[in-house]
Amino acid sequence: MRRTSSRMAGVALVVVAGLAVAGCSSKSNSGSTDTGTAGGGSLSIQPLVQIDQSGAEVKSSGSTDAANPAGDGKATCSGVSLAMAGALTGPNAALGINILNGAKLALKQHNDANPNCQVDIKQFDTEGDPQKATQVAPSIVSDKSIIGLLGPAFSGETKATGQVFNQNGLLSLTASATNPDLTKNGWNNFFRGLANDAVQGPSVAKYMVNTLKYSKVCVVQDDSDYGVGLAEQITQGLGSAADSSCAAKVKTGDKDFSATVQIVKSANADAVFYAGYYAEAAPFVSQLRSGGVKSAFVSADGTNDPQFVKQAGAASKDAYLSCPCGPAPDKFAADYKAQFNVDSGVYSVEAYDLATIMLKGIDSGIKDRAGLIDYVKNYDGQGLARHYKWNADGELASALIWIYQVK
Amino acid sequence: MSALLLATPVLADGVIGFNVDALAHNFWALTVDGLTYGAIYALVATGYTLVYGVLRLINFAHSEVFMFGMFGQYATLMLLGFAPSGNAYSEGTLLTIVYLGIAMLGGMIVSGGTAVGLERVAYRPLRKRGAPSLAFLITAIGASFVLQEFVHFILPKLTNNELGGANAQQPIVLVVPSVQFTFLGASVTNIELIIVAAALILTFATNQFIVATKFGRGIRAVAQDPVTATLMGVSRERIIMLTFLIGGVLAGAAALLYTLRVPNGIIYSGGFILGIKAFTAAVLGGIGNLRGALLGGLLLGVMELYGQALFGTEWRDVVAFVLLILVLMFRPTGILGESLGRARA
Repeated sequence: MRRTSSRMAGVALVVVAGLAVAGCSSKSNSGSTDTGTAGGGSLSIQPLVQIDQSGAEVKSSGSTDAANPAGDGKATCSGVSLAMAGALTGPNAALGINILNGAKLALKQHNDANPNCQVDIKQFDTEGDPQKATQVAPSIVSDKSIIGLLGPAFSGETKATGQVFNQNGLLSLTASATNPDLTKNGWNNFFRGLANDAVQGPSVAKYMVNTLKYSKVCVVQDDSDYGVGLAEQITQGLGSAADSSCAAKVKTGDKDFSATVQIVKSANADAVFYAGYYAEAAPFVSQLRSGGVKSAFVSADGTNDPQFVKQAGAASKDAYLSCPCGPAPDKFAADYKAQFNVDSGVYSVEAYDLATIMLKGIDSGIKDRAGLIDYVKNYDGQGLARHYKWNADGELASALIWIYQVK
Repeated sequence: MSALLLATPVLADGVIGFNVDALAHNFWALTVDGLTYGAIYALVATGYTLVYGVLRLINFAHSEVFMFGMFGQYATLMLLGFAPSGNAYSEGTLLTIVYLGIAMLGGMIVSGGTAVGLERVAYRPLRKRGAPSLAFLITAIGASFVLQEFVHFILPKLTNNELGGANAQQPIVLVVPSVQFTFLGASVTNIELIIVAAALILTFATNQFIVATKFGRGIRAVAQDPVTATLMGVSRERIIMLTFLIGGVLAGAAALLYTLRVPNGIIYSGGFILGIKAFTAAVLGGIGNLRGALLGGLLLGVMELYGQALFGTEWRDVVAFVLLILVLMFRPTGILGESLGRARA
């Protein structure tokens, strides 16, 4: 009995295989006609518009009157230096290096113009790991020549080390840590140079509803803290436009999204919002497009990375990607490229601006940590990326989000 | 009214909700996708099953053999002059098939070589010393990490950052999915047809090889009774090498088929989950049993997607493993039982 049934199964298998081959060969001609249509030229992430929390456009204030690290060239100082803490090696090193290079560019322009005031930046590698950051934090605060810190770069390490910097009265100026809770610790030395995550979610949600006029959006989230938090804010911000029937959850490390694609496809929504990182967003958008889903693709700073475009290729075309980070002005991008022989990246401009602010403080004669904190607290001026003026908590008084599009 | 409105999202978010609608609406589409993935699982599962049948060893590094296959076919395409780009190539049907064939061959060679090399470097010395089976298992897991980290850290240095590293490879797309026909509302694409057909042909060919050739007879003999097989003049070492080679070659083929479907899945960590799923498929169907690998693979692929539609997309792995536990509760040796040597001898 068993023998016959498995033989039957064998026969059935051959038949199925035969059918599949026949189907395949007779259809492959029509398949080839489509092959050429997936063009798209060279795509990249282009800045589109700056928005506020109601999703309305805010004209970029322009970078022409931005603070210049060169100053008047008459500054005198000695024995003071700055520090940068962040991931310089390890899997997240790209962001740390973007930040370090941005700051180095500001320092170079300053030092070239001011022969009597040479400031250097000391690098502290945390690998982006909170535990490693707590190990290097003491060596930062014990170096008395350091009067200002650019960083830490990530939220986790900032949370872990914030107390140490606060107790030692060292200015901590971050160009990239966006967790909203960081400014709720009562640290009077901590300032954030860009909008936080609690601004991004609502702003992008309102932009989708009010400007892009989407009335049905599928929110897809990954399982990271970042993705879960962002999806919650987006869903809330979208209100009735968020369709819970096609909301889906995926996992970090997933490469196959068949079920999610089918569910999104049958929902026929205006847009899909993906709350997560580019490593999953790239295969996800590819599979959405190859599965025939035409809905717009919107995502946030976790996806705003050249790797997203590189891996998703033509499927990434027209995707909207938000970021609290500002675009690099042409001159900055050119200077950066000339200096480091790589393109400037996310947070490079922020790092340049924040380093410039600290340098201006030093040029004004400040020699100690308390003085620099005071200087930043009262700072009010234009940078390349945005206007910098902080409120009492250390958040920007006017926190704006940039929308980028893959073109 | 307001109480109802408040209660609905809580229910949907909190406990597992049953979304029968999603399953019913997308049933055939999910079936098609599930069979496609199942076919790939089945090919990889065959590698687990063969090695287990012959050595009683669960080769956990097989997922990395598969991952090497992905890089192998990718490197082959690069050697053929294809450059990674955002756009798909259009070479015409015939040439595309030829290129895919060469790429598959490249993947097979790399995967087969990795599997055989792994056997020689990691397992044979242990066997020579008569190590306990636990040592093999730990070695397999260790080898898996070594191979992953090789691609993660060392391969980029050897290839001038062309291959490997922390990010996935930029895809080389030769075939763009296009719908060939619609089956009960589910569109079937050329890629899905290629994957299922190729996987079935390869599984069938492997089965024929094991059942009908001299080498296959050797494999079955060693699986049944290694000592007697040796006495009858079968070289056990050679058979073991052959077994790893076949498993590796099939994983290489699976790697190409997988990258047709997921072009941006070529990454050092890309084999891990798929390997575990394929292993699950092998156990589900009955480890040591070739037909079991096929059945287990297809079943797992389909059930995972049904489960995702029914319970929510985040439940994929849970569905797979609950299914495995359920089957093993009632059939401890898997659906078709363990039988590389025994039943079909």
